[in-house]
Amino acid sequence: MNKYLESVRVMLGGDPRKPGPVDYTEEAKTIHFYKKSEKHDFDALKLEARAHQKKKYWLKRRWIALLSINLLFTVSFWFDIQILEGALTASRMLGFHLIDLNSALQVMLAHKHIIVNLLIGTGTVFVLWLALGGRTFCSWVCPYHFLAENAERLHVYLVEKKKISDHAFHRGVRTVFWVLFAGMAWVTGYTVFETISPTGIVSRALIYGPGLALGWVTLLLLFEIFYSRRAWCRYVCPIGLTYGIVGVFSPLHVTYKLANCHHEGECRKVCEVPHVLECVIKGRAPSAQLDIGADCTRCGMCIDVCPSGALSFEIKGLRKIM
Amino acid sequence: MSDEKPRASNPLINKRKLEARRKFLRSVVLGAAVLGISSVGYIPVARAWNVRMRPPGALEEPDFLSSCIKCGQCVQVCPVAAIKLDDLDQGFGVGVPYIDSRTQACDFSCDAVQCILACPTGALVYKKPTFMPTRSEMVLPAPPILLAKEKSPEPTLNLKERSGLAVLVRPEKCLARQGKGIKGAARGQSFEGTMRFMEVDRWKPIPLRDHPYDLELCDLCVRTCPIKNAISMEIVKENGVEIHSPVVHEACVGCGVCEMVCPPDLAAIVVEARKGWSV
Ligand code: SF4
Ligand code: SF4
Ligand code: SF4
Ligand code: SF4
Repeated sequence: MNKYLESVRVMLGGDPRKPGPVDYTEEAKTIHFYKKSEKHDFDALKLEARAHQKKKYWLKRRWIALLSINLLFTVSFWFDIQILEGALTASRMLGFHLIDLNSALQVMLAHKHIIVNLLIGTGTVFVLWLALGGRTFCSWVCPYHFLAENAERLHVYLVEKKKISDHAFHRGVRTVFWVLFAGMAWVTGYTVFETISPTGIVSRALIYGPGLALGWVTLLLLFEIFYSRRAWCRYVCPIGLTYGIVGVFSPLHVTYKLANCHHEGECRKVCEVPHVLECVIKGRAPSAQLDIGADCTRCGMCIDVCPSGALSFEIKGLRKIM
Repeated sequence: MSDEKPRASNPLINKRKLEARRKFLRSVVLGAAVLGISSVGYIPVARAWNVRMRPPGALEEPDFLSSCIKCGQCVQVCPVAAIKLDDLDQGFGVGVPYIDSRTQACDFSCDAVQCILACPTGALVYKKPTFMPTRSEMVLPAPPILLAKEKSPEPTLNLKERSGLAVLVRPEKCLARQGKGIKGAARGQSFEGTMRFMEVDRWKPIPLRDHPYDLELCDLCVRTCPIKNAISMEIVKENGVEIHSPVVHEACVGCGVCEMVCPPDLAAIVVEARKGWSV
């Protein structure tokens, strides 16, 4: 199976396929074979690896990046220094137009008219996220992601304490939403999604001050804390899907090395989109090294928690960067 | 009994099926809920419960709402901070810019309609594309002359259409019509609005309260109007008596300055958003 098609299929909501016998490379087969016969003392290995682990390496970097970008908007406005003007939906960085792909799409569909600035701004952002890996936007820039990530911690804690239980949805609904929001923009002539988009709402609240709209964001967060883990990002947000498609061919990936993996599944526990990490399940990886699928937000959480260094950021064509 | 059998033989599969069905139903409910909630945004729009004044150069309302990307770049460039972004009670209008003239009007302190220049989507434009619907009564009869630039080589404001029209909605409140004057700050000491006065500073708007008046007969709306020939004080006959009254002309662009400065607690003159000129 073509790995790009497969990664898009999974992103749109399909269940990850188990590789068939023909899909495995010889190398992968050998590694899987040895893993079966070997008996690891996992706990000892884990402790050993943990001791050498860089704690929250990517998490810290990511939060610093996310907060700086969002605060740069705020200070640019408040101190009138004109570095990054506007909001996440559309902005100008030192004079260059940057326009969020999904917002631009909504506007084009609703308005049915495209002006040059809009096209230029979208082009800049398109190239930027093509290089950085589309959904990198989600975890490195989106201010709602930051809130949801922390709400998620609370949710996981409450589930562990057995105070609540998690309710999953079918991931395919996000694709349905994407189509519906696009359709509604076209039919009604209003950017319906923007009305409820927490990304836009939080971004504007940070820059122009809070308002009633934050009440909606609070409701979403409560829903995620008490009912369904990471529901908005996993099952609804069309922004993630738009950027995910852009990132299909992006050279920046999280890469998995089968030989290093102890199959503990720590990575899948922290991942926002665990379906992209199915390959870490024992016996699943069809080749010795593979790129994680398009829905991956490149947040680096899995890299941070993997005790054996089986996951890392990699740029295609370049040596491993971490 | 027949029901029990498969469950006993393969409880896992059955449980999975059940969970899958639940997941599907939940997803349908989620879908309906999100769609329902997002459609609620239509109510304020359809009811037009607030006819908002948009920044200069705004497209007609439906086009404006569909084209504005809600970035607030127009907000950022305005030197008098006249532009605000709307909230969720405006439905699809959330995040869309508006001007509340009574609190802070656009006085064209920026000289060049900067908000239009800043807009990345063409929601605010100098000139509408030809296929975009335009009401003829919105078209200005001639390029408006900005009094502040009257002596410069390019005295006009690059505006083709008005955003509204000043109307003397409460003539009984108008001080001029009562033959009264105005002494002190136009809107009192607590009023925060700012305005540019050419004689004070060409580039820096100052608080309105820092520019007191002492006039025998109020003519603030005429005096502060930034557009040439938009409004004048005239003698009109009412019930056979001659009185002074401000009269709005076709050159009015609907900037809202007259509404902001008008001294009575409820302004005598108000800019009606999106209203066109009719004789
Ligand atoms: S035209 Fe008016 S609203 Fe627009 S930037 Fe200038 S002063 Fe502000
Ligand atoms: S600059 Fe244009 S797109 Fe941005 S908020 Fe203002 S009117 Fe809307
Ligand atoms: S500023 Fe108000 S009160 Fe004074 S003349 Fe004009 S309309 Fe009348
Ligand atoms: S009459 Fe009022 S609204 Fe019209 S241009 Fe003059 S100040 Fe602006």
